[in-house]
Amino acid sequence: MTLRTFGFDEFGFLLQALHWTLLLTVIALIGGGLLGFAVALARTSSVQAIRFAAGTYIQVIQGIPVLMILFLSYYGLSLAGFELPPLFAAGASMTIYTSGYLAEIWRGCIQAVPKQQWEASESLAMTRLQQYRYVVLPQAGRISLPPTVGFAVQVVKNTSITSIIGFVELARAGQLINNATFQPFRVFIAVAVLYFVVCYPLSQLSRWLERRLHA
Amino acid sequence: MPEVVVENVHKSFGALEVLKGVSLTVGRGEVFALIGRSGSGKSTLLRCMNGLEKINSGRIEIAGHALGGDAKTLRSLRADVGIVFQSYNLFPHLTVGENIMLAPRIVKGATRPETQQIAREVLQLVGLAEKFDSYPDQLSGGQQQRVAIARSLAMRPKVMLFDEVTSALDPELTEEVLMVMEQLARDGMTMILVTHEMSFARRVATQTIFMHKGTIWEAGPSRELFANPQTPELRQFVKSDVK
Repeated sequence: MTLRTFGFDEFGFLLQALHWTLLLTVIALIGGGLLGFAVALARTSSVQAIRFAAGTYIQVIQGIPVLMILFLSYYGLSLAGFELPPLFAAGASMTIYTSGYLAEIWRGCIQAVPKQQWEASESLAMTRLQQYRYVVLPQAGRISLPPTVGFAVQVVKNTSITSIIGFVELARAGQLINNATFQPFRVFIAVAVLYFVVCYPLSQLSRWLERRLHA
Repeated sequence: MPEVVVENVHKSFGALEVLKGVSLTVGRGEVFALIGRSGSGKSTLLRCMNGLEKINSGRIEIAGHALGGDAKTLRSLRADVGIVFQSYNLFPHLTVGENIMLAPRIVKGATRPETQQIAREVLQLVGLAEKFDSYPDQLSGGQQQRVAIARSLAMRPKVMLFDEVTSALDPELTEEVLMVMEQLARDGMTMILVTHEMSFARRVATQTIFMHKGTIWEAGPSRELFANPQTPELRQFVKSDVK
């Protein structure tokens, strides 16, 4: 038996796997963004019970490892009789993970809008919904851009954890090729470079947005 | 017919009683000045009048609306009662024109041409017609405050409340804001203003109310009150203001 070497085809395989990493990131950001947005709004609700429920959700998600969420959605649900494709379990758990953090980031952004903006809009007879829609969220949205893009970097890297349930994204693809070639340095440096190529521009974008915001 | 009725209003923040039974009546077209040291309760009284602070007991009726009903009642009250703050509180993400047009459009359902006309009209009134497309951070403090007044006026309020609106401005800019307010008073707007501008209160306010320790300590027609203060506290306060 001869070992394969890490060549052009293998690199192509990594690039293909990178697509899955990116797809998973996009799913996590869209799904987690929608869910997180709802939780952030709930967290700033004027009803105490809703605030409390949202706060508990955030605490629980942030208080357990992503891995546990992943295991719960993959093994847990399949035990309950749902045969889930790995992409579904991976997407669901990354969505839940992302929502818990984005909710907290965005809560902070909503609360960073000065209290006086609430008072001024309230005094103009706006409903609470109108205050959010026309006055508070546009300002919070601007504030939220740098930390949100910054967090996206974490999501890209954390998708690697889904390799554990056999989802072939970039990290898992690296493992597979390493098993076939046993050239860990070449393989994992290639994998690391690919992650870096995605994450570095995002980090720079986040910093640029932040500078622009404070200009 | 009175436009504002405040009856035996009490207000506490925790254990601290800020208003200890305040009553006053403001007729249509009158201008009331609330003066007093900081902590005397004058700003709190003003903020109670449009429901920004909840009162513990008593009764407030303003522009024909009673305070203390549901959210909808409160909104219809606020649509008739404008308030201008010390810190302007313009919406920084909107242009001057959009700041002014927003509430008439979304609260009163006015059309875009209508709100545009209202905006031009009120900006004319405060002397800033040419700033329609500027953003708040491109304006001086005095200009921002005049826009804030215009934004309130665009709702066609029956009563205007002013909460120390010139306290953050230097003397020159203070003057341009006071001129706008004086014009409003002359046009017959019912106004209640918390102010440290004693000469303005004396000249423009029909009545001046001196608040002290959460109560109305002394009140009367402005000229008389300033010319002939009855209580030692007011005498002291008026004297200390001559800088």
